[in-house]
Amino acid sequence: MLRYIVKRLISLAISLIVASVVIFVVVEIAPGDPASFMLGINAQPDTIAALRTELGLDQSKLDRYLSWVGGMLIGDFGTSYTYRTPVAQMIADRMWVSLPLAIYALTLSTVIAFPAGIFAAARRGGPGDLAVTGATQLGVAIPNFWFAMMLVLIFALQLRWFSAGGFPGWDKGFWGGMKALTLPAIALALPQAAILTRVMRSSLLDILGEDFMRTARAKGLSARQALWRHGLRNALIPVLTIIGLQFAFLLAGAIIIEQVFFLPGLGRLIFQAITQRDLIVVESVVMLLVFAVIMVNFLVDLAYAAVDPRLRTRT
Amino acid sequence: MSRNLILGGLLTSVFIIAALLSFVWTPDSVEAMNIANRLKPPSADNLLGTDHFGRDILSMLMVGARTSIAVALVAVGIGMGLGVPLGLAAAARRGGMLDEVIMRMNDLIFAFPSLVIAILITAVFGPSATNAIIAIGIFNIPVFARITRGAALSLWKREFIMAAQVAGKTRARISAEHILPNVANLLIVQGTIQFSLGILAEAGLSYVGLGAQPPIPSWGRMLADAQTMVSLAPHVALIPGLTIVAMVLGLNLLGDGLRDALDPRLKVVRA
Amino acid sequence: MTLLSIENLTLAIQGTPILHSISLNIAAGEITALTGESGSGKSMTAFATMGLLPKGTATSGTIAFDDANLLALPEPQMCDLRGREIGMVFQEPMTALNPVQTIGAQVMETILVHKAMTPEQAETRARDVLDRVGLPPDRFPLSRYPHELSGGQRQRVVIAMAIALRLRLLIADEPTTALDVTTQAQILNLLKRLVKEDDMALMMITHDLAVVSDMADTLNVMRHGEIVESGPTAQVLRDMRHPYTRQLFEASRHQAELGSAKADAPLLSVQNVSRDYPLPRATLFGTRPMFRAVKDVSFEIRRGERVGLVGESGCGKSTLTRAILGLEPVQSGQITLDGDPVWQDGHPNLNVRRKMQVVFQDPYGSFNPRHRVARLITEPFHLLTDPPKGGERDTAVSEALTAVGLKPEDANRHIHAFSGGQRQRIAIARALIIKPDLIVFDEAVSALDVRVRAQILDLMADLSRAYGLTYLFISHDLSVVRSITDRVMVMRAGEIVEDRPTADIFAAPNHIYTRELMTAAPQLPDFPEAQDAPQPAL
Repeated sequence: MLRYIVKRLISLAISLIVASVVIFVVVEIAPGDPASFMLGINAQPDTIAALRTELGLDQSKLDRYLSWVGGMLIGDFGTSYTYRTPVAQMIADRMWVSLPLAIYALTLSTVIAFPAGIFAAARRGGPGDLAVTGATQLGVAIPNFWFAMMLVLIFALQLRWFSAGGFPGWDKGFWGGMKALTLPAIALALPQAAILTRVMRSSLLDILGEDFMRTARAKGLSARQALWRHGLRNALIPVLTIIGLQFAFLLAGAIIIEQVFFLPGLGRLIFQAITQRDLIVVESVVMLLVFAVIMVNFLVDLAYAAVDPRLRTRT
Repeated sequence: MSRNLILGGLLTSVFIIAALLSFVWTPDSVEAMNIANRLKPPSADNLLGTDHFGRDILSMLMVGARTSIAVALVAVGIGMGLGVPLGLAAAARRGGMLDEVIMRMNDLIFAFPSLVIAILITAVFGPSATNAIIAIGIFNIPVFARITRGAALSLWKREFIMAAQVAGKTRARISAEHILPNVANLLIVQGTIQFSLGILAEAGLSYVGLGAQPPIPSWGRMLADAQTMVSLAPHVALIPGLTIVAMVLGLNLLGDGLRDALDPRLKVVRA
Repeated sequence: MTLLSIENLTLAIQGTPILHSISLNIAAGEITALTGESGSGKSMTAFATMGLLPKGTATSGTIAFDDANLLALPEPQMCDLRGREIGMVFQEPMTALNPVQTIGAQVMETILVHKAMTPEQAETRARDVLDRVGLPPDRFPLSRYPHELSGGQRQRVVIAMAIALRLRLLIADEPTTALDVTTQAQILNLLKRLVKEDDMALMMITHDLAVVSDMADTLNVMRHGEIVESGPTAQVLRDMRHPYTRQLFEASRHQAELGSAKADAPLLSVQNVSRDYPLPRATLFGTRPMFRAVKDVSFEIRRGERVGLVGESGCGKSTLTRAILGLEPVQSGQITLDGDPVWQDGHPNLNVRRKMQVVFQDPYGSFNPRHRVARLITEPFHLLTDPPKGGERDTAVSEALTAVGLKPEDANRHIHAFSGGQRQRIAIARALIIKPDLIVFDEAVSALDVRVRAQILDLMADLSRAYGLTYLFISHDLSVVRSITDRVMVMRAGEIVEDRPTADIFAAPNHIYTRELMTAAPQLPDFPEAQDAPQPAL
């Protein structure tokens, strides 16, 4: 078990290093000098040079990479070219919107998908299965940002149950914040739930054909008991993989959905940074997103081991 | 032929024909603005109504279909063109260095969702439809590499592959001659699914301004423009959205139908 | 006293008839065998009794257990019977257990699902019953997972699960088919013991007449969904009233006419060959430990000889075969064919491959399903520098197909149009087409039904006589090897422990392991040769 964790940790570290190099190199090849961009076309060469020194742009590429990575390790993400404030502070503020949104959506989609998938698999071919499968077929075809617009149209503009956008801030109370995130979370969660339901259903159906399910029936378990006691845990292994992948999509989706609801999250930050060519912000936010995805997949690997004893003893 | 296959095939063909038709004919010009005629609901003059510049929405959708289909199709091409050979190579040298490197690279790309790649590219080169193609295409590579490798690995254990080895064929030749034709069904079905995901991703990217730029019409862009208008004229948001849903639904049904027709046991991935 | 009575059971799946008016009785303490080739409906009879038929199955007739008709019993009552009164053991022990649950939990579940005991009592019972099936608690604690056990041990767990409550009827569907012969003997003994101890009835389903001949009290021979002959085992095997029973019996003990071996100059030479596989690292950065699958093996096969290589799973015979075929390099030693090494400068030697062909076990897996027969069997032409083309190629295809008893027209058909036995013929045609010196048969008849197997063995013998071919015949099954070889090598744990002429080895095995194998192998009784006309019953 320990060896399994250590192996995963090493591969996690390698992934992070390679990802950081890729991001750094891509941003490096960006045309134009941030210092001259920040100061405008009329700036004096010595002012630009001074700013370059201040931003550390005069150092060698390797030094700059190392100080970027080293800084991130101690929570220093550098200084925004545009706002001259610490990037870490900007990210931290926005993260408190994006991360709760992604987790909220992941929870919703799991809570919807598990029962729906099990329900459909247990009634394979029946009307209940057809209804669920039909709904998921539609669900995977709906773009989440459009779904978000429709939710705003119905629940905010027509029924006025929610506000159409904006975020009051957590300091105004937990429930107020949750309420503001509810429509965005639903918009994100439902299309993902459709995918997860399909995976859950087909994974369970695969397991239903396994020999050990027949053994369970031969012991006297009813079809339903066999499904719950033996099917579910085995079916979870592919489902976990998809949940891990989905987290990446939820983070990316959150960035888009934030635009629909005018939420002050990482999405807003990154689009502002792109228009202002605030590359250090782009670089750091992207690194953070990639870090989050890699971490979640690491956790999924650990969850595999918890579910599957074969992983604990071997490898 | 299954119901899925017929319905999916019909829906998909409608969009492809509409996109092709738009090269020679659209009901109305997509460039001519007519502010007096803005935000009109569907009528005999404008079958699907007009947008905030008074442009005919049906014509915009037809030209937009071109962008969507082109981006998604090229992205699938990139994914298949690079992913399939990588997957075949990894399987042919199972457990070797090459396999390890390819699979680790795959894992790494999976950590960069299309949107993140698009953000990076846009930050550097500015927004364009090409960005969307590259971003979606790059993300497609590991998808195809992984499913190809998975299917190829189980084929490599089959005795007819061993027989081919005994017949003196090289691994590369066996991959091309025996493995590839036997994973073709899977690739067709997965290709259809990636196509539909590409349509969705392109819409998302152009919605946030990272895809096709005005004046090129695109479905995502139309929705972004519609956003502030949604309470005044719901049809400007409703119609392009439903168009995307119909196209994606059609492709998914087509994918399911193809799978059922070719081999119901195919293991496709959808994430 | 009759425990289970099946009357006129007729069964169809989605309209396809599977069983036609089956009737049989099983009494407590009795072993009843159902035997027949694949597709005879024996497994479906078992599943009908368990009430575990696939969806879309229509049945008629009755299956009476005590006073209840199992076919008409509502599902909740069936669930109550299953595991408490009627249990089942399956063919494939590797997949019959839930991989994510401990064996203890799985055995206890049988007891707990019937609410027969408290969890504490159930735990004690689980330990006892695992001990009864030969898995003592000190070596096999309840906390073991299935993947930590071998196939035979897993089958014991499945049996323990079935008999955890005092069963009255146990159904065993090919319980030993997937196991090695020595393990098979142990499991069969275990089943016999349990029947005696618990006064249980056993319905034993097997394709192997030899397995049941010394075990079953009653024998039912099935063909195409009908019972063609039934009665006390000894009587059925002695009288063999139905021609099909006789065919099965004769095919099971079939001896191919091999002719005498020519055995001139050495053809294949294996000298001090060892083959290692890396195991997972024990520590994170340590060197990977090696597993020596083949240990310093040496032997020679002369031109015209037909040699068998026998051993149980994991003995290294597959590894050795792959090395001989030049699919993998060896760590030490050398393999030469006609003086040329099969592996040279890090590559398989094409000159050698030309002289060597192989026929695999699985008639369904050994052909690319997308190609036609002509293309399939000409694949080895790839080895020739100047392969025949056009008419010459067509002639070669026709000749090869005719040689294996197929028609030249078959060349244009797809492989799915052929049965398992025909596919093995096509596989042999593919091996013959470049006129090799040596053909390796890797379990080539193991997947075939007994009558088809006899035909294929005859074909192999004919071809060897006609073309003077040299055979290396790899098998786990002694009886098959006996009928087609001049010499047998017995392999165990990577070493060849005995290498002698077939007749000598079967008359008097030298090595203790060979003897073990031979005692474990089920034997058909030696009844006096059947007369031309059926004997009247005594």
